[in-house]
Amino acid sequence: MVDQALLSLAKFLPEITLAITFCLALLVGIIFRSRPQLSLWIALLGVVISIVFTIRELGITESIFSGMIAVDPFASFFKLLVGTCAVFVFLFSLYSAEVLSTIKRLVEYSSLLVAMTLGMYLMAGATNLLMMVLSMELTGLSSYVLAGYTKEASDSSEASLKYIIYGALSTGLMLYGISIIFGLTGGAMDIYAINRALVTSPVNPITLLVATLLIIAGLGYKISAVPFHFWTPDVYEGAPVTVTAFLSVASKGAGFALLIRFFKIAFIDSSAIGLPVGFWTTLQGFEWNKIIAILSVLTMTLGNLVAVWQNNLKRLLAYSSIAHAGYMLMGLAILSQAGIAAVLIYFVVYMFMNLGAFYIVMLVANKTGSEDIDSYKGLGFRSPFVGVSMVIFFISLAGLPPTAGFIGKLFIFASLLDAKWVWLAVIGAINSVISLYYYVRVVRNMFLRDPDANSGPLKFTVPEIAILLFLVVPTLFFGLYYSPIVELANSSATMLGIH
Amino acid sequence: MEFLGIGVLSWITFLPIIGMVLILFIPKEKQNVMKWTAAAATFLQLVLAVMIFFHFNKGSLGINTQEGMQLVEKASWIDIRGVPWFGRIHVDYFLGIDGLSVPMVILTALISFIAVFASWNIPKALKGYMAMLLLLDTGMMGVFVSLDFFLFYVFWEVMLLPMYFLIGIWGGPRREYAAIKFFLYTLLGSVLILLAMIALYFSVTVPDGATGERMYTFNMLAMMNPANFQPGTLLAGVGTYWRHLAYIALFIGFAIKVPIFPFHTWLPDAHVEAPTAISVILAGVLLKMGTYGLLRISYPMFPELANYYSWALALVAVINIIYGALCAMAQQDFKKLIAYSSISHMGIVLLGMAALNTQGMMGAVLQMFNHGTITAMLFLIVGVIYDRAHTRDLDAFGGLAITMPKYTGIMTVAFFAALGLPGLSGFISEAFSFLGAFQTFRVLTIVATLGIVLTAAYMLWTLQRVFLGQPNEKWASLPDINGRELFTLVPLAVVVLALGIYPSLLLDLMTSSLNHLVEVVRSGAVL
Repeated sequence: MVDQALLSLAKFLPEITLAITFCLALLVGIIFRSRPQLSLWIALLGVVISIVFTIRELGITESIFSGMIAVDPFASFFKLLVGTCAVFVFLFSLYSAEVLSTIKRLVEYSSLLVAMTLGMYLMAGATNLLMMVLSMELTGLSSYVLAGYTKEASDSSEASLKYIIYGALSTGLMLYGISIIFGLTGGAMDIYAINRALVTSPVNPITLLVATLLIIAGLGYKISAVPFHFWTPDVYEGAPVTVTAFLSVASKGAGFALLIRFFKIAFIDSSAIGLPVGFWTTLQGFEWNKIIAILSVLTMTLGNLVAVWQNNLKRLLAYSSIAHAGYMLMGLAILSQAGIAAVLIYFVVYMFMNLGAFYIVMLVANKTGSEDIDSYKGLGFRSPFVGVSMVIFFISLAGLPPTAGFIGKLFIFASLLDAKWVWLAVIGAINSVISLYYYVRVVRNMFLRDPDANSGPLKFTVPEIAILLFLVVPTLFFGLYYSPIVELANSSATMLGIH
Repeated sequence: MEFLGIGVLSWITFLPIIGMVLILFIPKEKQNVMKWTAAAATFLQLVLAVMIFFHFNKGSLGINTQEGMQLVEKASWIDIRGVPWFGRIHVDYFLGIDGLSVPMVILTALISFIAVFASWNIPKALKGYMAMLLLLDTGMMGVFVSLDFFLFYVFWEVMLLPMYFLIGIWGGPRREYAAIKFFLYTLLGSVLILLAMIALYFSVTVPDGATGERMYTFNMLAMMNPANFQPGTLLAGVGTYWRHLAYIALFIGFAIKVPIFPFHTWLPDAHVEAPTAISVILAGVLLKMGTYGLLRISYPMFPELANYYSWALALVAVINIIYGALCAMAQQDFKKLIAYSSISHMGIVLLGMAALNTQGMMGAVLQMFNHGTITAMLFLIVGVIYDRAHTRDLDAFGGLAITMPKYTGIMTVAFFAALGLPGLSGFISEAFSFLGAFQTFRVLTIVATLGIVLTAAYMLWTLQRVFLGQPNEKWASLPDINGRELFTLVPLAVVVLALGIYPSLLLDLMTSSLNHLVEVVRSGAVL
């Protein structure tokens, strides 16, 4: 037992690093009270080291801590995604007027971001219901505090409160669902054991459906799928931009990791034979993938339609991120390895373009103090480089070539058509046309409208522009040469215990 | 033909991008340097187009054989092995031209060159304007030379954003509305093309040259061979439900670009609001992409459906011809009139295509070229008068022939070419189209010829209202056309005249390819 725990620890280095970083960042903050920036740098360093450890784990497929956590390419992929995203968010924070305005609390900010990252790392690998709930709670609790970080601003406090209430409710529902599953399967907590139990002795489908819906409520909240999305716009709008950016990419990513792993392992008919390579089938008599398909249609359509009416850019991006969750859910609904790979590809490009868009929101808000679409009037002329970058991120979000966003959409649609889900692909395609409308509304303000009379050019510092380049260049590069991300996603789509 | 080890088609496609990058580095004040850089880039492109014209081997077939393609460039762009569920992913950088694309390549080079000079007096943000214009140029040229569907699609979409900005930033009063309408309409068409493209991708396999394993491909030529469709895939078989859907998706995608009634409503708005040079490009080249797409992709890849739906295409063609002409007749705005006349004239292209015989096909492709040059002239002519009078109201003028004789002279050439006067290029292509169509669709063609009468009516009526009659006092002091404007119009007039007298200049280039295309489509199983 002890031996096994020790062996497991060796595979647990990224998480251990983050746990140590969390403590260090707090301690250093307490010791060097006058230099709160120090903890931010420590946190950044810690995350980078955890990424290095994750890269070293890349080939491994193993279960550690007696089936609590899986170390497999799928988990490593999401750890890399979350880690990279955290690095970018720390870099953003260095230049965020919002975060630096309360510099004394930078210590909490940095350490909580690390804690959140740790929670997401655990979510990426969790294979036990208990672990799933605990990791989600760790992520959730840290993010509730971070959403209200600028507590002087009333909308930030409002965001935090809404987030907690919705979070508590959805966790409650999920726990209830889990307890039903626990009862149904005769006390299984491990998702592999659940699968074995469900395959060998079929259960009452209605009860299983109820339990599944309850669990979807909890996970849907994390990835902000309709109808569990109500917190998203308010939290995204109220929280500091850096936190919003982190929530919109990393938190969603970890949520997806958990969702995909849970459904793909626990709820497929692992005894089925004669399926084409790379396809699975649902449990007999329980086609949960139809629920996911309906959820994805609702999510993308509502996200896109509501985004059209938004005048606050953060709110607009919140609805857009809801819509993107919808696109990605399509990849899960079709029950194929290609769909999973497509979701992973989508996440890589989504990270670059969405972080980029939020970063520019932050840069502009630093100067103008406003996140209104109206304050972007003439931005293309006030700061051409930032304006053009924003256009690139937006057309990428809309899925037009030659940007990475197109590649993401292409592979999602390709996997749908490969699995012959034509109707879903058509709905997705029409949605991406709708989405263009609201992205272009911002572009219109930036380039087609003249700036207000008293606004001069906006100047940004070299490091600010350099960070932007790290986001723009991949967005364009992966649009023209996407072999690296496809290969990464391809090798990462394998999960522990599934062929 | 290669320069510096890079094929001529790559040069002709990416020269504008080189020009664009250079322009981005020119300081804001040096406006003349920017203009001349753009002019140089498009001029070199035109020189290459002329070289291609002389170098082109008139005998080779093209369409569905790689041996028949000329100036082929093929390199592996993306090659991802070991993807068990997607199969091996392979995209080629595959360029080549045949008799169908070569007229379009020449047209694009010519119109882009002229568009730069038509943009000489752009009032604001010249740098952005020229950069967008050149990016647009690359997109257009790329569409006409790519033989890989993925590459084709990327170029097809690359055009959208520059066009949006060109209309939206430098356009008329309702530019925002026109620009977003254009963008959304075309994107809707594009996503349908995208879905059809993916469906084709998952249906067609070719053996890998080295290992012999079968792999999916975006190669357009492979998609034209029915033997390459894997049984059991989405688009395998003949005339299946899915093939009908894919054909219709592609058709709508291309129809929006042409534009075919009832998908045409973006066109008058875009044309009226766009600056002159952009209208010229829009009418001169962009509309041709729709019909080019139908001929390059829909026809040879779905031959049985091209046959099956030919009557429907002929029907919408006739609607386009008559409806466009009637709308043109009702216009007060000079530019809107030309825009509707475009719809009418593109109808003739469609009618010729629908006939599915050699005359009709030759007429259609020649009409694509001729409409490009003639309508470009018409839009330039509107631009000249609008620059001076700042109005396009047809009734505001009168007797301009007295104050602006040179302008009236060149305008007459364009007007008569547009209404199909023998001796000018428009006549030849219309005659061929109707000749071809008459063999297949008697009644429809007879109805369509009514369009010629209507065209003559609105063209002559316009001529009368604007140029003849009592001179309007208000415009007595308008200066006649200047040297730069003549420089944009005269080359087009020369082309129009030359092709009117000796159409073989262009027809010879396309005969073998179009013959072959007709054969390919006709020999495809008929439902």
